[in-house]
Amino acid sequence: MRRTPRAAVVLCGLIVVVLALAAVAPGLFTSVSPIEADPVNALRPPGGGHWLGTDELGRDVFSRVVHGARSSLSVGLGAILVAVTAGALLGIAAALGGGVADTVLMRLADVLLSLPELMIALLVIAVLGPGTGNTMIAIAVSLVPGYARMVRAEALVVRRSGYVEAAVGLGLPRPVLIARHVLPNALGPLLVLATVGFGTAIIAVSGLSFLGLGARPPAPEWGTMLSSGRKFLAVAWWTAVFPGAAITLAVVSVNVVGRRLQAAFTKRTSA
Amino acid sequence: MIRPLLRGAAHRVLAALAVLLGAAGLAFAALQLIPGDPVAIILGPATQASAQVQAAIRAEYGLDRPVLGQFLHYLGRLATGDLGRSYQLQRQVVDLIGDQLGPTAELALAALVLAVAISVGSAIATAGRRRGLKAVASGWELLAVSSPPFWVGILLLTVFSFTLRWFPVSGAEDFSALVLPALTLALPVAGVLSQVLREGLEAALAEPFAVTARARGLSRTAVRARHALRHAAVPLVTLTGWLTGSLLGGAVLVETVFGRPGIGALTLQAVTNKDMPLVIGLVLLSALVFVVISTLVDLLYLVVDPRLRTR
Amino acid sequence: MSLLVVDGLDVAFPGVHAVRDVSFTLDAGECLAIVGESGSGKSVTARTLVGLAGDTATVRARALTFDGRDLTGVREAGWRRVRGREIGLVLQDALVSLDPLRTVGAEVGEALRVHGVVDRADRPARVRELLDGVGVPEPDRRARQYPHQLSGGLRQRALIASALAAAPRLLIADEPTTALDVTVQAQVLKLLRRLKDEGTALLLISHDLSVVAGIADRVAVMYGGVVVEHGPVREVLDDPRHPYTQALIAAVPGTRPRGVRLSITPVDGAAPGPDGCPYATRCARADDDCRAALPAHPTSGPRCRHPGPAEPAPVEPDRIAPASVVGDALVEVTGIAKRFRAPDRTWYDAVKDVSFTLARGETLGLVGESGSGKTTAARIALGFAEPDEGEVRLFGEPWSGLRERARRARRTRIQTVPQDPLGSFDPRYPVERVIGEAVARTGRRGADRRARVADLLDRVGLSRTVLTRRPRELSGGQRQRVSIARALATDPDVLVCDEPVSALDVSIQAQILDLLLDLRRDTGAAVLFISHDLGVVRHVSDRVAVMKDGAIVETGPVDDVFDHPRHDYTRELLSALPARAGAAT
Repeated sequence: MRRTPRAAVVLCGLIVVVLALAAVAPGLFTSVSPIEADPVNALRPPGGGHWLGTDELGRDVFSRVVHGARSSLSVGLGAILVAVTAGALLGIAAALGGGVADTVLMRLADVLLSLPELMIALLVIAVLGPGTGNTMIAIAVSLVPGYARMVRAEALVVRRSGYVEAAVGLGLPRPVLIARHVLPNALGPLLVLATVGFGTAIIAVSGLSFLGLGARPPAPEWGTMLSSGRKFLAVAWWTAVFPGAAITLAVVSVNVVGRRLQAAFTKRTSA
Repeated sequence: MIRPLLRGAAHRVLAALAVLLGAAGLAFAALQLIPGDPVAIILGPATQASAQVQAAIRAEYGLDRPVLGQFLHYLGRLATGDLGRSYQLQRQVVDLIGDQLGPTAELALAALVLAVAISVGSAIATAGRRRGLKAVASGWELLAVSSPPFWVGILLLTVFSFTLRWFPVSGAEDFSALVLPALTLALPVAGVLSQVLREGLEAALAEPFAVTARARGLSRTAVRARHALRHAAVPLVTLTGWLTGSLLGGAVLVETVFGRPGIGALTLQAVTNKDMPLVIGLVLLSALVFVVISTLVDLLYLVVDPRLRTR
Repeated sequence: MSLLVVDGLDVAFPGVHAVRDVSFTLDAGECLAIVGESGSGKSVTARTLVGLAGDTATVRARALTFDGRDLTGVREAGWRRVRGREIGLVLQDALVSLDPLRTVGAEVGEALRVHGVVDRADRPARVRELLDGVGVPEPDRRARQYPHQLSGGLRQRALIASALAAAPRLLIADEPTTALDVTVQAQVLKLLRRLKDEGTALLLISHDLSVVAGIADRVAVMYGGVVVEHGPVREVLDDPRHPYTQALIAAVPGTRPRGVRLSITPVDGAAPGPDGCPYATRCARADDDCRAALPAHPTSGPRCRHPGPAEPAPVEPDRIAPASVVGDALVEVTGIAKRFRAPDRTWYDAVKDVSFTLARGETLGLVGESGSGKTTAARIALGFAEPDEGEVRLFGEPWSGLRERARRARRTRIQTVPQDPLGSFDPRYPVERVIGEAVARTGRRGADRRARVADLLDRVGLSRTVLTRRPRELSGGQRQRVSIARALATDPDVLVCDEPVSALDVSIQAQILDLLLDLRRDTGAAVLFISHDLGVVRHVSDRVAVMKDGAIVETGPVDDVFDHPRHDYTRELLSALPARAGAAT
């Protein structure tokens, strides 16, 4: 695995922290309201009082980008948490349950994996309807089959591993064996993968919002901002470029940190 | 060589049919999951259909039967290629999809070719080379996979269409209208492919057979081209599903950004309007595309990797 | 002038001085063997001779000539004309040294194509001749097959054929027989000997003194990048003068009386300086001069300031016969059979009708080539696999066919030392938890448990500093010691060792074998010892059972079986053993 320079990892870690702060306490970064319209100052270019410019309703783009962190990040985080939990439970159930449960779950995963993740998410939204909460569920559902499949494969490898056999050889009871050796080793890679998956989820959340299926205007959300800013691209590039940059910055940082964790994890555990 | 290939082929075709059947079941389940009168759901929220039309739908979908009967009836209709009718657009789903398939196929294929070209070029140029070159490669790969495609599209539009005026802003009329959308769709795919290919190449070049080949007098470039590249391509087989999904899913976003007609735009319209017959038709379509492509790729890999034939 | 002249070769990688001032010559029809353990610099030396030491290597030499031509300043393009055409290279394990995605014929023909040896149209015929020449039967069919479809022996022959394709005058073989069974190894060595007799110069790289003894004319022993001893093969092997050569030869089991200690007691010498003798840390004769600088490179003989004959190792009879009289049967295996499904969907018998008993206090060696079923038999005895037929009894009670719950109480009394210790450790666990988990089964808690873990470390000769480290940070020998400590933690009555030393260097193997024998004497545990290595089995076992194709073909007291084999297969195995290395018995 390639090494990312330490400085870059630290920088990305800092960005993740700053974004998390923005999501929790946007007031730390800006005191301007992200919602209040100011038609007189509509579509002002960056500079002066609005250093990222204003949008078509005269709202401060910087303030909206900062406030948008909450929606984009929390929905992405929620989706990934739900997906990881469900994926872990289903994958472990399939691997340890075996037999019919395994066959049914894995055939179902096969079917879901045959559909693009976005298609699954759209199907869920078609059933549940648009909105922030449903977006989160839709993205979680689209990620679950892949995670479940991976946890199952991992659990099967671990169950056949030399160290589980060694533990059997010591006469450890099955529940102890599962709790002590199978679960931690089978779930470890999932947690690492989930950090990178968080990046994917952020893109997916903003993608659905961009399509008009997620957060509703006027709430600040990066994807929604992009979507409305797109209409003024010819005259006011800043309305669409900065929210997108925020997404990319967030995802790059999360990915760099995730890969670093992955490298550390591989180094620690693989032979 | 032929017999295991045939056995492998039969196995995969059966698995493919199973997945298709599963997707049909999933779509059917989705219809059942929506609360409310199925007829109202099929008609969509904005309907003013008469009682007569509603009765016709009830009969067409076999909604007066028990659930299992409905499912079998539904499968029977699918088997004859009848995907039902979009009442909102007042057309057969099959026709709607057929009309939009062309532009999307064009876009996806163009993006695929671009992505493969970019990634193979980048991987061969940087695998096992100097650190600086590799850092550049992993840098662009990271950016490519971390940028949302709709934003990339917007950036490209801003620069090339609004500022430089090289390409049209929207539409799908001619080749120049295909360039930016295809590039937008290709970039994230190329980022992942390039990464996988490069790691595969580096792993293959470190294998003893690569040393052996060089000990026979082969040049570095010949070892890459004749030995290592095939090995690097092997892990790509596991990415087929992801690749198909990325191209299809990405098409939804890219077509929206560039205002292109196509399956993506149709999908968005169907989901937004809760046009369930159309949504289900599109779900089945993506399952079909996936199944066909991955079956073909699997068979291709039996040819590429002789070790798979005995397994 | 000799065909190959190497004078004062130095190869350095960032942070490692891999080869230091190495000199030798080689003539046509002659075989020079470079012998050493991992990290000795022998493979780097070999690869440097074809310009493949790697991009990070810095290579310097006073002289490096082939057939009178200077190779020191040669660039990549120049090397390409040398490689394959002038000097051929054969690596170990043809499964990975031949491109698995290409046919054998394509691989063999590649050198023909690159060097334009024969016309394109004549290439298939030439490939056929080459394969035929190295003794591959049905060369036409084999040429169309892929490496994984050939047996290990055929694969290695095909690899040799591919190296010989452009008729190089020097063949470098880097561990050409290491991955092979003894009988196959004998065939490949015969082929190499024939090539030598036909006039090819052969540079053989090996860790195995016995392989070298049967084929080489001269031998160079490497340690820490330095040729420590160099000379005619019989001289070096029969009367080694360098302390390292002596230790290496003494470490080979099966050649000297059982009970002899194989490893030398390590000396904690101060680390040598950058120009000093690398062996000074482990050498009993080392002084400050040794640590300061190496003596000059002699034309022949040891490169040592204090050469001398080897001191005889004392025989310790109590390490042979079990301290207690051989007692009642602990493990009784009766008529077990196990079938597996092969990848091509056919069934094969991994084990068929195997019976043996293991009595208190004795060591039973189970020997056989790969695929003979010895590991499956051991797993069934351990209760990790169920026999399809037959029965295993442990301590007089049924053991096979039980639910795991019913076996659990007796688990701690039968323990195992596996071939791959790393795989048997939870990757998240540091050594302390690995051993501690086993100690906990004896009911010890808290300080009591920690004391027991420390005690076990002492017994296997590990320092306390490993406690907090994870096994993958340890060396192969240390890992095996941790694994032995864990196996001993519950004071088992039966110890099953499955190829416990096969992945280790000779001198580390000697230490582990000595440790196992000491522990056996101290604990009185019965040992089932599985190995493919006849010498190892002979050294440690009281009785031996020879397995072939899933069945035991011969069994008896170890000296009887080795000195008077009755079964044809046992005779074949023993005769396939390369000439004995080292001092006579």
